[in-house]
This record gives sequence, C-alpha cells and structure tokens, in this order.
Amino acid sequence: MTDVSLPRREPFALRFPSVMVFVAILALFTVGVTILSEGFGIGVISTSFVKTLGKTLCLCLVALAMDLVWGYCGILSLGHMAFFGLGGYAIGMWLMYARTEIIVLESLAAAPLPPTPQEVSDGIASQIFGVVGASEFPPIWAFAHSLPLQLLAVVLVPGLLALVFGWLAFRSRVTGVYLSILTQAMTLALSLHLFQNDSGLRGNNGLSGLQNLPGQSDVSQDIVSLWFFWGSALALGLGYLLCAWIVSGKFGSVIRAIRDDEARVRFLGYPVEAFKLAIFTVTAVIAGIAGALYYPQAGIINPAELAPIASIYLAVWVAIGGRGRLYGAVIGAAFVSLVSTWFTGGQAPDINLGFYTISWVDWWTVLLGLSFVCVTLYAPKGIGGLVDILIDRKGPNRHGADLGPDQGALREQEADK
Amino acid sequence: MLRFATLFLTWLSLSGPAMAQQADAPIQRLLQTHSDVLLESSRRTIGPAVDALANSGLPEAQVVLDKWQNKEMWVDEETGLFVYAEEIDRDTLRIYDFADGTEIGEVPDDAFDQLKPNSGIRGLIATALVQFQLSDPDPDTRRRALDAIERGAEESHLAALRVSLPNETDDTIRARKDRLERLLTIRYGETDAERITAIQSFGGDLSVDVRAALNPLLAVRVEAADALPDAPDIGRVLQPGSEALPRDEAYELLVGADLAKPRISREDQRNALVANISDGQVAGVQVATLDSQAARDMAYAALAEQGTVTAVATEAEVDDRLASHVFYERYIGAPPEVVAAAQLALQAIENKVHVNQAIDLGLDALSLASIYFLAAIGLAITFGVMGVINMAHGEFIMMGAYTGYVVQLFIPDYTLSIIVAIPLAFAVTFGAGVAMERLVIRWLYHRPLETLLATFGISIALQQLAKNIFGTQARPLTAPDWLDGSLVINDIVSISYIRIAIFVLALLFLALFLFVMNRTRLGLEVRAVTQNPRMAASMGINPDKINMLTFGFGSGIAGIAGVAIGLYAKVTSEMGSDYIVQSFMTVVVGGVGNIWGTLLGATMVGSLQKGIEWLNPSNTLAAQTYMILFIILFIQFRPKGIIALKGRAAEA
Repeated sequence: MTDVSLPRREPFALRFPSVMVFVAILALFTVGVTILSEGFGIGVISTSFVKTLGKTLCLCLVALAMDLVWGYCGILSLGHMAFFGLGGYAIGMWLMYARTEIIVLESLAAAPLPPTPQEVSDGIASQIFGVVGASEFPPIWAFAHSLPLQLLAVVLVPGLLALVFGWLAFRSRVTGVYLSILTQAMTLALSLHLFQNDSGLRGNNGLSGLQNLPGQSDVSQDIVSLWFFWGSALALGLGYLLCAWIVSGKFGSVIRAIRDDEARVRFLGYPVEAFKLAIFTVTAVIAGIAGALYYPQAGIINPAELAPIASIYLAVWVAIGGRGRLYGAVIGAAFVSLVSTWFTGGQAPDINLGFYTISWVDWWTVLLGLSFVCVTLYAPKGIGGLVDILIDRKGPNRHGADLGPDQGALREQEADK
Repeated sequence: MLRFATLFLTWLSLSGPAMAQQADAPIQRLLQTHSDVLLESSRRTIGPAVDALANSGLPEAQVVLDKWQNKEMWVDEETGLFVYAEEIDRDTLRIYDFADGTEIGEVPDDAFDQLKPNSGIRGLIATALVQFQLSDPDPDTRRRALDAIERGAEESHLAALRVSLPNETDDTIRARKDRLERLLTIRYGETDAERITAIQSFGGDLSVDVRAALNPLLAVRVEAADALPDAPDIGRVLQPGSEALPRDEAYELLVGADLAKPRISREDQRNALVANISDGQVAGVQVATLDSQAARDMAYAALAEQGTVTAVATEAEVDDRLASHVFYERYIGAPPEVVAAAQLALQAIENKVHVNQAIDLGLDALSLASIYFLAAIGLAITFGVMGVINMAHGEFIMMGAYTGYVVQLFIPDYTLSIIVAIPLAFAVTFGAGVAMERLVIRWLYHRPLETLLATFGISIALQQLAKNIFGTQARPLTAPDWLDGSLVINDIVSISYIRIAIFVLALLFLALFLFVMNRTRLGLEVRAVTQNPRMAASMGINPDKINMLTFGFGSGIAGIAGVAIGLYAKVTSEMGSDYIVQSFMTVVVGGVGNIWGTLLGATMVGSLQKGIEWLNPSNTLAAQTYMILFIILFIQFRPKGIIALKGRAAEA
C-alpha cells in the first residue's frame, strides 16, 4: 500500500501569471493617473481625459464579459451592450431623480406653505418628463428614489432579462449565428421600445445630467471624475479576477468544451443549457455593472446607446484584442475605443492627397471596418497574438485539427511550449 | 385736348341714358317694385327682393343677381332705373340694359350710384343663384353648382335641387343631384318620414359625406338627474368614472346644473390658504404643519367655517352626489324616430366600413410583406441556400438604391431611368458581391461567426463610404408619373400604384428564383454544391465558381430590391440597416433554405406588423418592438422556421 499523493495544486497566482501581471499593471495605471490628474495630482491629465480613461476602463470590463461569453463559451451575443445600457439606465434613474428632487425641494422651500409629498412628486415628475409631454411618474420609476434599490436593479434587470431570454433561446437549441441574430433582434426591440416617448424613460431624450452626484454639488468634477475612475478600475480588477477564476476551474473547462464541440459535451452528460445560461447571465450582470459605472461619467444615456450596432462594436473590440484570452479583450477595448476617440475627436491630422483631403472624422469608420475584415482574415488571434510571439508560445499540436471553431481560441495551458 | 374730351363726355352723358333704355321691361318693373329695398341694401330686409327675383321666372333674373353679386349693378340717380355697367376708367361707365343686354352707351359715373351688397347679401344672392346654375344649359356650370353645394350645403339648396331635378338631362349629373337631394333631405327634410326614407336609401353607402350627414343627427348632450327620465330621446346611461364620462367631468356637470357644491383645485386651495396666512397661522393652524393634503383640507374647512372662503365639497360629498344622480345622454340632433333610423343606417355602414378596413389592412400588410420579401429574397439565396451570413446585405440594397439615384442624375426621364437603373443596379451589386466573395467570404466558409463579423466590418465601411460620397441627407429616387397616385376602390380601400408595382416585382422575383433554382443548369449546380461540395466537385462542377456566382446572384437581387425600396422610401446611407434585422428574421422565421418559407415568413412578419399597428395606430415603434418579441417567442416553438427542411438537406 503505497502512499498516493495527489500533485499539489500551485497557488492561483502562480498558475495564472497573466492575472497577476494584469492586476499589477492596472494598479500602477490607476496610481499613475491619480498622480497626473487635476483633482489630486500635478494636473498633467485633464479632467475630461480622466473621464475618458474611466469610461475606457468600463468598456474594458464589458469587453471582458463579452470575451467570457463569446471567446470562452462560443456564444456570439449581440446583446451585451443592451445589458450595459440597462445598467446605465438603472443608475441614471436614481441620479436624475435624486438631483431633481433636490432642485424641486429648493424651489418649493421658497413657497409660503411647506410642500406636500404630492406636490414634491408632481414637481419632480414635471421636471423630468416635461420633455416628453408627461407629468406623472411611470410605474417603472417606483424605486427611483432609493439608491440601494436602483443599485439592485443594476444587477437584477440585466440579469433577469438575460436569464429569461437565455432560457428561452438555449432550451430551443438556438445556436451559432441564429443565436446572434436572435440576440440582435432582442437588442433592437429593446432600443426601439426605449425610443418611444411612452416607454417611461424619456424616449429618445434619454436621461441626462448624470455626471452630477446628488448632494455632492460642492465637490468639483475634478474629484468626482477620479472617484469614478477608481471605482471603474476597482470593478475592472475584481471583474478580471472573477473571470479568471471562472475560466480556471472545471467550469471553465466545460464552457470551453461547449465552445469547441457542444454536441460532444452534451453526450458526455453535462447540462449544456445550464452552463450556457449561467455564463450568459453572469456576463450580463457584469455588463450591467460596467454600464452603471460608465454612464455617470458620460453624463447622458439615450436609446441609441443600446442599438444593435453598439453590441457589434463590442464584438469588434474583443476580436481585435484577441478572443479566448482575458487580457486580449481588455487590450482590444482599450486600444480601439481610445484610437476611435482620437480619430473621431478631430485630433488626428488630415491627409492631403492633393486632389482629395482625407478627413479622419469621415474615414475612420471605413478604416475600422476594413481593418476589422483584415484582422478576421489574417490575424484571428488579434493583438493578443503578439504576446504569444513575444513569449514564444505555440499552438497545441492537434494533429491537423482546428484549434477551435474560430481558430482564434488559444489558452495558456493548451499551448505546448 | 382735355377740353375736347370733357366736351365729348358731356355729350355722352346727355345723350347716353336716353338711348332706348326699356323702362317697362318686366325685369325692370320688378326691380322698380323692390327699388327701395334694393337701394337700402340691408341683410335683414333684402330677403323678399332676392326671393322675388329668384322666383320671378324671368330669364334675365340670373343676370341681375349675377351682376348685383359682382357689384356691377348701378342705378340712375335721376330716373331710378337699374342698369349694369363696366367701369372703363375712374369716371366713365359703359352701361347695359338688363332687359336684353344691349349696350346703352358710355357715360360719366356722376349720375349713377353703384349698388354695393355686403357679404351677407352676397351670400343670399349666391344661394339664390344656385337654382339658376343648377338648371343652366352648360353642364360645367351645373357641375360647379353641385360642387359648391357639396362644399357648403344650405337649407335653401334643397328646394332648388328638387326644382331642377326633373328637367335634368345628363345622367351622371342627374345621379349626383339625386344623391345630393337625398343627403340634404336627411339634414333639412321637412317631415320625419321623408328624412327617414332618405336615410334608408343610403343603406351601406361608404362615402364620407353620408356619415357626415348622419353623425350630426346622433349628437347628444350629457345630462344628469335624480332618476332616469322616461322619454324617447334618451340614449345611453353613463357611469361616472368610465371612459365616456370621467369622474371630474361628471361632477362638473352636476356643479354646472346647480346640483352640487363646487370643488376646488389643489392650486386654488393653496392660493386661498396662502392668502389667509396671518402670524404664521391659517385659521389657527400652524403653517409649518400644512405639509400634507389632509392637513390642508382641514385648514381650508376651518377657513370656510369662519366664512373667509366659500365651502367646497369634500371627496365624500363628491362621491355621494355622484352616486345619487344618474347620468344619461339626450339626443339633440333630431327627433327620436329619425335618430333610430340614423342609428340603424350608421350601424350598417359601420359594419361595412369594418369589412373594408380589414380589406385595406390586408392590402397594406401584403404590400409591407412584399417589401420584406424583396429585402429578404437576396438573403434567402446567400444565407438560405449557401449558409453565408452576410451582414452587408442591407448595404447592397443601399448600393442598388444609390445606383438608381445616380442614374436619375444622368437620365432625366424617370421611366427610362428606372428601366436603365434596374439592370445597372443588378450589375453593380453583382460585381460587389462577387468581389466580396472572392476577397473575404471564401476564406471563411465553415466559420459562420467570423463571416458575420467580417461582413459586418464591410457593412460599416460601405455605410460610411456612402455617407462620405452622398452626404447624410436623404436622396430622392423619383418614381415615374404612371406610378404616382393610387388605385382607389372606395373611400376606404385604396392602394398606391407603387405598392402594387412592388408586389408585382416581388412575384416576379419569386418566379425568377424558382426558375433559376429548379430549371437551369446553374440552379442544379448550386443545389449540388450546397448539398455536397466534394461530390459536386467530383462530378465536374467547380464549387468555387458556383459559390461566386450564387453569391453574386443573391447580391444582385438585393440591388434590384434596393431600387424598388428606394422608390418607396428615401435613399439614405442607413436604409440598409433598417431592413437587415427584419430580413434575417424573415428568412429565419420562414425556414432557412426554402424560398416558400421566406415568402411565408415575409407574409407573417408584414401582416403581424400591420396588425399590431392597427391595434396601436399611434405607434409604429411599438409595433416593431412587439413584432420582434413575437418572433423571438415564435422561434421557441418552431426553431427551424415555418417550413423546416428535413433529411440530408437540413444538414448540408
């Protein structure tokens, strides 16, 4: 009877050095930006750029969710930006309500009689819904007065929608491109619904003035922007750890297996639908949280943000960054959205060809579209593939078989060095 | 010279009037009888004179009325005789005799007074003139008179119509007169019996004017009483708080009829309280405690007790008063028998209207379905047959539409330009499709998600390219004249020719698709390649070439669809993305790989959208939302679409 000992599992950090590298870089970045900011530092980085960076971190977080659902589980969801937007709407309702309440209370305080609750509520409602010609609160604003309830909604609304939609879609075995089209239809339906004035969310006006924190009007935006920047960085760090943890264990192996051969996993006895539903819902919740952090920095949210095109751009970021690796999604989202801001912001120099001047505001989208085709055709690993070259990592030898359905999937453990 | 002219005019003025004015002609005598009234020119007293002229039976009467109305009737101050005249210049008149229309001469206007009827009198004259116009020998005049009556009917027109009816010779005008006569009888008929007969004669007539004549008969006034009166003209009994009679309105009615105490709005109450603040108190209540509605009500009641403000009804009193009264409608438009007949007739008309509305809705749905079918048929080839997800399909539609627009820039004749545009659009998008297949898609067969993303990249690039070239504003693609207007079947059912053309085009495409796929060598090879490329290749078919041609064919059809859709809607760079999701839905709902499925899918999507729009007409956005939700649910029950492929073809 020999003593059989299982091989000792190495600590998480050692097994996944990329996670630790990422967290370290994120921490350094956060400290660096804080030091250079106008709020607490030497003022090299303007407040608006701090906001841009904070928003970019939120986009990285939602890209992480997209990578989890698409790069790891093979579900090309074209609905995650809708979940992102729903999170934004949920927090936006509270921000808008609370801020308007303060304004209305101030204006009513000057009146000879103390206001009744009805008068306060009517005042807020006519302030908020005047633009859509209504003066009463729609039922979905029932919890808008309470921050905790709306924070709960940030998680619950996208989560429940994903749960119901995913359950319906997965149980009828809608897969592949059909699922993509179905999620796109869901996104379209949601944005069309929000575009209506009687949706209760101010139609195409959306919610605005979200950059002002209620009750913190004496704190300057220089400081507020940093609060949100830290919040976004923290959320991204935690989100990265969560995603890395999800994909590291048995659960991660199963979802990767579903991506590579769904039928085989089902025949092995795994409840494929439950796994897909779980990953779909979790990522929707992450997207909702990212949206709730993003829109207070953007200051305004309207239904156009939920349009299907936004979700497709999300897929573009992840694909350019590199699917199936978490840092790829982050790199892709950060790179493309920052470059995009640079080009469309009019900062990029125009190119004068003599007979025609290429103005990047007009031509950037063309360039993005074409570069996207090129990435898909020639560099399916995306920017993340550069890391493989850098550390000399090669794909696993599968004796001629594909690496995965889309050939872009390559995980650290799968590589044989 | 000037002197000579003056002399001449003086001669005229002396000799002119003497030149054979027929002072004893019947018409002149009639005018003289009413001379006083005519010269007084007052709306109140003129009636008999106008009537006398109109009913005189003299043929000249029409001329008199006509000239009078146009302020061309003058009276000789000296003799009191009436003439009509045209002003040659500021001082000179050329006068004519009413009796036979002969020119009397040119005279200075000093001796003549112009009759200036005011607008009220002119209205009376116009009414009187109608009867002449209705019997005028010129059919155009008669038609114009009928038009005038249709625009603004008056009671007096009825008699005029009845007089002119027996002598009418033209059949169509006669029919119009008869119809108008009955319509006017409904409104102005003297006896109930004749009105009822007229109402019944319109059983099931869909025209708007019949409903316009009937509806005023059913006018109601809402009244309140302690108990329901037993009278024949009582209509519905209304419940306060229902949609027909909101609670506030019902109570206002009671207040207006002095059956209840008035209420006060919150704002008025607040103002009344504010007005009575003294020493931080209102009627002994601290102002600071007035932060709820109940507290304010109590403070106001206290004020009322002091007599400072008028007492108002409390909510309990309001409820009590409302409960103790009955609210009902009383018909005020017509006597009860006529109302009953009108109700019956309107009911019959309503039923027919509903049937016709259903037909109209069906036509609308059909035309929307044809548009979706047109947008989706190219997709049915590339996605349905080849299994290639082409997100740039919408941009091919846009490309076709812009091709049509550019062609119209060079060929101004719309018919010719459309004839040129259709093949050209096919050629352009066929080329674009082939290029895309060669450069991108063939590397991505068997990687559908990648195809989706790559074609999406092409889609945004093409869209932005179109924006850079053509700008963001919508460009017109004008339909030829013979496609303008619509086929009107009756007042409710109509369909524009352009929609019929799109429907026909959809049918043509269906036939073309079926012909190409089932009857040509290309179709055979396409089916072979999609089912088993390796086997097809070993039979001597070049799968690369076939794939290329099929994709080009599907794209080309999208281009033609673009021209058709551009005629129907505006051409913008975003028009493709408006249709892409619906197109995919159409193909998926119908069942991938089957053209009949696509047809059914388009029909279903189109009629669903129209049906939901009908339920909620104010909101097309909601219709689209609910339609998409419905489709998502539909796919739950038939994941493979309406027509699911079975057997090996399903796996290919």
